Amino acid sequence: MTYILIFISAVFVNNIVLSQFLGICPFLGVSKKINTALGMSGAVVFVMTIATIFTYIIQKSILEAYNIAFLQTITFILVIAALVQLVEIILKKISPALYQALGVFLPLITTNCAILGVAILVVQKNFNLLESVVFAISTSIGFGLALILFSGIREQLSMIKVPKKMEGAPIALLTAGLLALAFMGFSGIVK
Amino acid sequence: MSNSKVKIILNGLITENPIFVLILGMCPTLATTSSAINGFSMGLATSFVLIGSNVAISLLKNLIPDKVRIPAYVVVIATFVTVVEMLMQAYLPALFESLGIFIPLIVVNCIVLGRAEAFASKNSVIDSSLDGIGIGLGFTFALTLLGIVRELLGTGKIFSLSVLPEKYGMLVFVLAPGAFIALAYLIAIMNKIRKA
Repeated sequence: MTYILIFISAVFVNNIVLSQFLGICPFLGVSKKINTALGMSGAVVFVMTIATIFTYIIQKSILEAYNIAFLQTITFILVIAALVQLVEIILKKISPALYQALGVFLPLITTNCAILGVAILVVQKNFNLLESVVFAISTSIGFGLALILFSGIREQLSMIKVPKKMEGAPIALLTAGLLALAFMGFSGIVK
Repeated sequence: MSNSKVKIILNGLITENPIFVLILGMCPTLATTSSAINGFSMGLATSFVLIGSNVAISLLKNLIPDKVRIPAYVVVIATFVTVVEMLMQAYLPALFESLGIFIPLIVVNCIVLGRAEAFASKNSVIDSSLDGIGIGLGFTFALTLLGIVRELLGTGKIFSLSVLPEKYGMLVFVLAPGAFIALAYLIAIMNKIRKA
């Protein structure tokens, strides 16, 4: 039951983009076409899950065990950066098809604050390893859901005439605001 | 101060304002501006990291091999972020609590890494520190302005001082959707002012 609650909470109620404000850069940056949005979402699900497992183990077995938790920020960002590189190399070797689909998005992910954010959040929320994995997967699905919905709207929006001063970032942010408003309808389902 | 030095500061504040012109660092901008004071403090914390990392990187620029420069920059930035984190936790625990996860996330703020790569790695220490001050001021200005707008529309207060009766407050501006909407209009207004 806890896992279902974590899932619903992370995907709908506390959506990472629309209510936690993490990962806004890729959300605004790669949302002009549905195809790129799909690729980015896939890459985020992949990296976020792996990164959370690694950082969780490091946090418990090294940082907390030796009482050096203040090094968390430095350690996590380096681990994530190294991991993204590693994933890129391995993927290129093992599955060229998958690499073709996700490759260009992988370097961008290092600076995606959602990855580091989730790694820190699972530590703050005192999740165990399995809960952390479920949380990471559901959060990244939530990210994908928001991104794909948003890119669908933006594809339509590109055909409409927008007032000159609102073109580009302002209209995108306004759309995101309305989407966030819609997602607020889920609040209250899970505490 | 000579003309070119003033120009570096003004560049960050106005011409290349990170929020209104470059549209960078959106996450902390949207997340921490539910009140003016939160936005202002987040701006100051980021400015401190910006100035520190700009100075350190411009001092180290000849020692860092070109191939590993990005990881090296990230380590420098993460060090300053850890300093801010620990200082805040010790002296301003309430603020640390309300800014929460966005303090460690200054590490992945693209503005900081962007200035390290675009400015500090090519310019002198003094120019880099001025650039840090300018961009930091621009960021703080933008966050404070957004915080003021949201706090005023949401609760009728500015910096917790009552301006309008509370019944006129539109709660949505303090919540997530209001952040997007307020920022959208602010950028549109800034576009108009700049091009006029």
